[in-house]
Amino acid sequence: MIQHFRPALVLLLLFTALTGLAYPFAIAGVASVAFPSQAGGSLMVHDGTVIGSALIGQNFASEVYFQPRPSATNTPDPADSSKTIDAPYNAANSSGSNLGPTSKALVDRVKAAAEAKLAAGWKAPLPADAFTTSASGLDPEISPQNALAQVPLVAEARGLDEAKLRALVAARTHGRWLGLIGEPRVNVLALNIALDALE
Amino acid sequence: MTLNGWLQISLVLGLVLVAIRPLGLYMAAVFDGHRTFASVVLGPVERGFYRLAGVSPDKEQNWLAYTLAMLMFSALGFASLYAILRLQAFLPLNPQGFDGVPPDLAFNTTISFLTNTNWQAYGGETTMSHFSQMAGLAVHNFLSAATGIALALAVTRAFSRASAATIGNFWVDLTRSTLYVLLPLAVVVALLFVASGVPQTLDGSVDATTLEGAKQSIALGPLASQEAIKQLGTNGGGFFNANAAHPFENPNAFSNILQIWSMLTVSAALLVMFGKMVGSERQGWALCGAVGAILLGGVAIIYASETAGNPLLTALGLDPAQGNLEGKEIRFGQALTALYVAVTTGLSCGAVNAMHDSLTPLGGMIPLILMQLGEVLPGGVGSGLYGMVVFAILSVFIAGLMVGRTPEFLGKKIEAREIKLAVLAVLILPLAILGFSAVAAVLPSALSSLANNGPHGLSEILYAYTSSAGNNGSAFAGLSANTPWWNTTTAIAMTLGRFGYVVPVMAMAGSIAAKKKGAASAGTFPTDGGLFVGLLVGVILIVGGLQFFPALALGPIVEHVLMLAGKTF
Repeated sequence: MIQHFRPALVLLLLFTALTGLAYPFAIAGVASVAFPSQAGGSLMVHDGTVIGSALIGQNFASEVYFQPRPSATNTPDPADSSKTIDAPYNAANSSGSNLGPTSKALVDRVKAAAEAKLAAGWKAPLPADAFTTSASGLDPEISPQNALAQVPLVAEARGLDEAKLRALVAARTHGRWLGLIGEPRVNVLALNIALDALE
Repeated sequence: MTLNGWLQISLVLGLVLVAIRPLGLYMAAVFDGHRTFASVVLGPVERGFYRLAGVSPDKEQNWLAYTLAMLMFSALGFASLYAILRLQAFLPLNPQGFDGVPPDLAFNTTISFLTNTNWQAYGGETTMSHFSQMAGLAVHNFLSAATGIALALAVTRAFSRASAATIGNFWVDLTRSTLYVLLPLAVVVALLFVASGVPQTLDGSVDATTLEGAKQSIALGPLASQEAIKQLGTNGGGFFNANAAHPFENPNAFSNILQIWSMLTVSAALLVMFGKMVGSERQGWALCGAVGAILLGGVAIIYASETAGNPLLTALGLDPAQGNLEGKEIRFGQALTALYVAVTTGLSCGAVNAMHDSLTPLGGMIPLILMQLGEVLPGGVGSGLYGMVVFAILSVFIAGLMVGRTPEFLGKKIEAREIKLAVLAVLILPLAILGFSAVAAVLPSALSSLANNGPHGLSEILYAYTSSAGNNGSAFAGLSANTPWWNTTTAIAMTLGRFGYVVPVMAMAGSIAAKKKGAASAGTFPTDGGLFVGLLVGVILIVGGLQFFPALALGPIVEHVLMLAGKTF
């Protein structure tokens, strides 16, 4: 056993230096030159301020904006650090709801949200992504159906023409990659920036 | 299910299929010591490593020395990783100022990365410094995978050699796996990930002011380099808590395909390499055929079950056409989410692009079954190949019993000693999974970690031990696993699943290597045709799967029936 000690120790140190330091630093070096924006997190900057990342969803509470999917992320409770409180789109602590298909908490949550939307004028069938939390809690996108369902409320809150908003949603809808891969979707942050620019 | 969905699945599997033969033949050349195009650059590095380590590359080891070398390497790896995690507050590259990792969590995480499980009882962005991620966890992403390849090579040589006392040199196999296979692939895949939007920076986080004027702190880090080896090495330990569902780890459809391709290709190419090295490429493809048949069946059931949606939510007015979207991201779509779920559990990867806890009951049962089959579809890097060889040996044994001939595999007689060792290895999984699950199911301190009630709670327990014993690492993540009970018991299950499995398999390899290689006769059962593939699929499903059926009946199957009856918990 002891004759294995030297090769084990030396190779562990060499591979730590190679794969643990040289490799990630080299990738970071090349990335910062070749793909600086992506390497830095695809940040969106307006007038010198970072307003978010193109890839990370953010919370919109006001009805003058299109709403992202519900988010299950949380944050430690400032009053009692052993507990957590809801903090949607907390990009420092990604998380899904992890509620199973027969969870009463899941069904009650969807029921309350669905009843509220139906009362506000949405028609069944309701877009499923508007009532289900994403896996990361940071999903930046919604389905085109979801965006279109929100048009009347946003139009009313902003006093804008519905047709104009529908055209905006259509222009901001990304199809499948190569027409084949993934799903059609709308980035909520980009849509809302375009919405602000409309006025 | 849609035609477009199946086209997406076929495209990704097609990309894997075209890659595995060239990669498999390249690996066979590398591990046989031939010069390849990479030797010009890597040859001097390789020889320098041997000189510093005092390794004579031509001196081979018998099975026991090979196994002891592997265990010594793992023991030192344990000590160094545990120290890094405990001491991270005093180490560099800690922009968020995280404290040292607590003892039970550090123990669990160290075992987890050492055994190629990458079970995560921690949330990366709230626990681990960049140094711990890069120089700690990612290093073991490389080394645990390279160790797996080395062990698989030892098993391969047991069949390619006749009357041999040695099965290779562990240090050489480890070094070549890392330098010639994993590292070059990781560099290419990491750069493709950055190009597609995965960050690679040493910043810890950036503060944004949202459109509504709120503060949003966005966690960042050297993700791309870690993401590449995490997939290629079938490790699966995410930089962030949400793993490959996090938009930074997996930003779009392209990165999603690259993720699936990366985790599947190396393991599948090892089957081709096995065929080449034992002198029959057809044998490698026969094993690939058995893998493909079971894996595709799994994909179809998950895809069908998830697109059927959750009837409890459809009843509330949700559009069933979008399927079950709780715990899923919009950009991947149901088809490639289903493929990802099946591949990550058929392999022992454990990366996730959806929360498995929120899958429909049957959609969540398939990953459980795929792991319980022994992670051979095509399994972890290396571990999948030697697991598959064990099943192949059991298959020829059963075929031999039916006709009353001594079973043979690739010209080697399979006798009582080999069968005893093979059975010893396959008994580890049910022992660890069912044993620990049974205790946890009645222990109040274990049950208090459950996030879901009713049959889904049992599924959470079963999934935790299945994933850890199978060295997978994915989770029904509602379970609060960061408690002393779960940290300790899942670490024991991971250790049993890796080392308890490998030691009998290596003893078996040593005994097979020493045997004469007989010529095939008219009475030999051919192991590269459709009949063998069918038998192998049957043995995997029956031996690997049937022992877990009662547990599955009480978990996902009961939950499915109760869901249809409209019951909630």
